[in-house]
Amino acid sequence: MFNVSLTGEFVAFFVFSVIIISGAVLMVSFTKVVHMVVSLAAVFIGVAGMFVLLNAEFLAFVQVLIYAGAVSILMIFGIMMTKHQDVEAEKGRSWHEALAAVGALALFGLLFYAIRETEFPVAQPFQPAQDNALEIGKLLFTGYVVPFELVSVLLTVAFIGAIVLAKKEAE
Amino acid sequence: MLSSYLTLAAILFCIGLYGALVKRNAVVVLLSIELMLNAVNLNLVAFSKYGAVPSLTGQMFTLFTIAVAAAEAAVGIAVLIALFRARGTVNVDEFDEMRR
Repeated sequence: MFNVSLTGEFVAFFVFSVIIISGAVLMVSFTKVVHMVVSLAAVFIGVAGMFVLLNAEFLAFVQVLIYAGAVSILMIFGIMMTKHQDVEAEKGRSWHEALAAVGALALFGLLFYAIRETEFPVAQPFQPAQDNALEIGKLLFTGYVVPFELVSVLLTVAFIGAIVLAKKEAE
Repeated sequence: MLSSYLTLAAILFCIGLYGALVKRNAVVVLLSIELMLNAVNLNLVAFSKYGAVPSLTGQMFTLFTIAVAAAEAAVGIAVLIALFRARGTVNVDEFDEMRR
């Protein structure tokens, strides 16, 4: 199944997947919340590299801008504004953790089995567009106008809602 | 190559699921949910290149998912800040009124 030749794409895939998986595992195992956010930023940047490998340059840019930039900073602000004793307290809850680990591993086993068993149809080769951002912009303003406008309404509602929720109540 | 991408996304999703189930700090639970959303995005983009009919549709879907995820993160953090003001904690174990 994994009999891929040692091309540049495969080497880049390997490097990015090492970054992604080690960042994710470190995120789960760190105890300080700020360290978790930093390792999560590494995961986001690794995923952006994967997007470049998959000929989605515009999405890679958006990923770095929104996830590695905005969401990480937002989470750090969330940590700062909530609790400062930011070390996860360890308490006896090992059965719960073991149950969660078994569930996650079972889900992974199921997904892995499904991926191995599925016979994917041989696709015609993907011709990457000359200008990825140009093609996405054209699609966004022709075929996807209605979802695009709906997303803009959603973002406005969400940000106004966030401001209202987080605002200090007047005495 | 497609199955490698799918396996990587499955690993990422399961790690995120484990984190969301185990962690106590609500901010960390939100972080784990972002991890799972990233795994889904990776799947969508992988199918847009290696799927049966390669096209830009998967990338458009990912664009909309990223927008919705950003809105979700903002509202989630705002709710957490409001909860912290009301209760003085963000420990998910202590938000258990509905249980009693």
